[in-house]
Amino acid sequence: MVRVKLWGSLRAFADGEEWVEVEASNFKELLDALVEKHPGLAPQVKRGVSLALDGVIYREAWFTKIGPENEVILMPYMVGG
Amino acid sequence: MAFDDQVKRRFNVVGTRVTRPDGIDKVTGKAAYGADISAPGMLHGRILRSPHAHARIVSIDTSEAEALAGVKAVVTGADLAMPEDADFADVAINCLARDKALYDGHAVAAVAATSKAIAKQAIRLIKVEYEVLPHVTDVDAAMKPDAPVVQEGRALENVPAGKSQNVTTYCKFGHGDLDAGFAKADKIIERSFKTAATHQGYIEPQACMASLGNDGRGEVWCCTQGQYMVRANCAAVLGVEESQLRITASEIGGGFGGKTSTFIEPVALALSRKSGKPVKIVMTRDEVLKATGPTISSSMDIKIGMTKDGRITAARGELRYSGGAYPNFTVEMGAQAAFAAYDLEAVETIGWNAMTNRPKEIPYRAPGAPTAIYAVESVVDELCQELGLDPLDVRLMNAARKGTLSSYGPTFNEIGLVATLEAAKAHPHYTAPLGPNQGRGLSCGFWFNFGGNTCVSLNINDDGTVGVVEGNPDIGGSRASISMMAAEELGVPYDKVRTVIADTSSLGFNDITDGSRVTFAVGLATIEAARAAIKEMCRRVAKIWDIDEDAVIWEDGAAKPAGPNAGTHPPMTLAEIAAIAGNTGGPIAGHHEVNADGAGVSFGVHLCDTEVDPETGAVKILRYTVFQDAGKAVHPDYVEGQMQGGAVQGIGWALNEEYIYGEDGRLQNPAFLDYRIPVASDLPPIETVILEIPNPGHPYGVRGVGETPIVPPLAAIANAVSRAANVRLTELPMSPPRVLKAITG
Repeated sequence: MVRVKLWGSLRAFADGEEWVEVEASNFKELLDALVEKHPGLAPQVKRGVSLALDGVIYREAWFTKIGPENEVILMPYMVGG
Repeated sequence: MAFDDQVKRRFNVVGTRVTRPDGIDKVTGKAAYGADISAPGMLHGRILRSPHAHARIVSIDTSEAEALAGVKAVVTGADLAMPEDADFADVAINCLARDKALYDGHAVAAVAATSKAIAKQAIRLIKVEYEVLPHVTDVDAAMKPDAPVVQEGRALENVPAGKSQNVTTYCKFGHGDLDAGFAKADKIIERSFKTAATHQGYIEPQACMASLGNDGRGEVWCCTQGQYMVRANCAAVLGVEESQLRITASEIGGGFGGKTSTFIEPVALALSRKSGKPVKIVMTRDEVLKATGPTISSSMDIKIGMTKDGRITAARGELRYSGGAYPNFTVEMGAQAAFAAYDLEAVETIGWNAMTNRPKEIPYRAPGAPTAIYAVESVVDELCQELGLDPLDVRLMNAARKGTLSSYGPTFNEIGLVATLEAAKAHPHYTAPLGPNQGRGLSCGFWFNFGGNTCVSLNINDDGTVGVVEGNPDIGGSRASISMMAAEELGVPYDKVRTVIADTSSLGFNDITDGSRVTFAVGLATIEAARAAIKEMCRRVAKIWDIDEDAVIWEDGAAKPAGPNAGTHPPMTLAEIAAIAGNTGGPIAGHHEVNADGAGVSFGVHLCDTEVDPETGAVKILRYTVFQDAGKAVHPDYVEGQMQGGAVQGIGWALNEEYIYGEDGRLQNPAFLDYRIPVASDLPPIETVILEIPNPGHPYGVRGVGETPIVPPLAAIANAVSRAANVRLTELPMSPPRVLKAITG
């Protein structure tokens, strides 16, 4: 199981939970599991999210390995100029 | 050690100040920018723009314009496809309005004619019947429930019910118990701030030449930060396949994020498709300011609590951004960045975006961060003043560092903020004496940086030189940096390497030049491509020497036996290997394709001294020093240039630049005479101090440096002005009338 932290305005779509626990071994499985558990998260996941894994931010890397030992934080999709 | 695992810390080429490859072309006028290309039979395009801030388009009669001799095509929004994807649809509507004009300057029709004069005459003959609608240009006004609605049905699912339809985005970040945190504070300050929209102010207006046949095959030459982005937008908006469009990025006269979207290329293509001729469109400065993307305008509330010895106990921010007439997510970046420099037990940032009748916001270096951090750093500075504390010591005491739970969620790894603050504290600038009416300001800055999709192809030429092909327009010296990293890795002189920017048909997809990503991500891909070429060269040499591939190593630009057991073969240089490549298996090249991550966040600290004229409110920048962690400065001149450029743009944002709208919702200052960017005589020399705390996510330790430098100036200058004037300034720009009003009450 992986614990993933949702940012504040996402929690309304996850029964108010800050941390959600799902079965996943990579970024894609994590997103799929999150949407399955909390379908209200689907629009945000579809728009795009980033993932901070032990402090390193990933934007789209589906197959980034995730384990229970990792700090996993969901973030909005990064944009820059 | 595997090639991919190599981390380099000793350099021969990287870190030197080699001659820039584009310098001579630029100073002699040889460099070809967006407007510099012509074609046989080319037509000139011109765009008709709305004179209203908000109006329903009842009808458009183009018949008189079409009848004018020399006019070859007229197009309106009906000539563009309406993509299902909301982002592409916004691009289409912004290129040519459909049902409504959403801001002063919104394009409504375009003509292509045999001369610029005829095109200009023709757009005056287009008759547009407007039904003028109520408008709103202020973000706070736009958020009120009874505000005129810019677009209906654009709010995201997370926007709470009961808000104006203009409110499209809501976000919230943070952690900890705010009430408990504020209860521990000895002093709490709560302030409201406003910042004006500003433009990226690039020297070169958008320009393009485009041709598109009825067979759907087309070519575009344009100044852009991303030719692949232009291709995707044009394909969606024109309804053609990406493979049929070849987009070539011209030399670029500045971008700063402002050229990360398309405004004229789809229009030129539509005119070309209709006329059967190539069409060139060159925007005027008036059009650039009215209709390309400025940054957001903002209204913000910040509340911070502090103990009397300087420990921040709690912090809360509410950001209200407007990105013009379309939804956008810049406020999410601002809300995440706002308190990122601090190690906080309790923090919360809320963000809103509201649509207004202004042009579509386009990113401007570190979008969203400068304004949010301006407000936060202003309150921190005021707390330091009120409590009689040294502002640098307070920032050091509260600075985010390895192990800090960031205000936006993750726990920080190695970051350079403390080192940067310590460098500022040790610098003579920080203790230099100040005179009457002078003040010193300080601010931290932060930006995320990212990597992204990147392709690089590296070719070993038969004469021993090297060609690198990459797909990102060079807006900040990346060709030099990429060549340097290739030379470093291959062990050849810098002048043996040439890097060129590919068109969209010559190289795989690359993300736009944004997010401070190019030196990091393209550099990483170049190093990997060079390593692939080295591996192949070692393999060829192993065959020549008839030994195992593993018995050949690459050192100082040559293949060598790995040790005594590999034999006594003399080294073979890259040039020697290249010369016989045809005999050993054919051309030698390396390539690398990656969606790069691990860019590593970036911090900077700016120090600024100002003098305020108490009689006029005019502000003079006396001294300015920038401290920034570059990870590894590949070409220090360019890194310093980014740091200086960010400071200068921030000075303009802080002191003078603003979009001024009249009661009629029309932009009052669409020219550089009235929209005042800093000129050389406004500025002192900008001193720079580069710190190098290696980024573990890059083989050479590189971090992006392009965006962070624009983050701290707003607050550094505001803090300096507030201290010099002895009154807290809370609105940007701090133009002389505004400063004078604050002084005189």
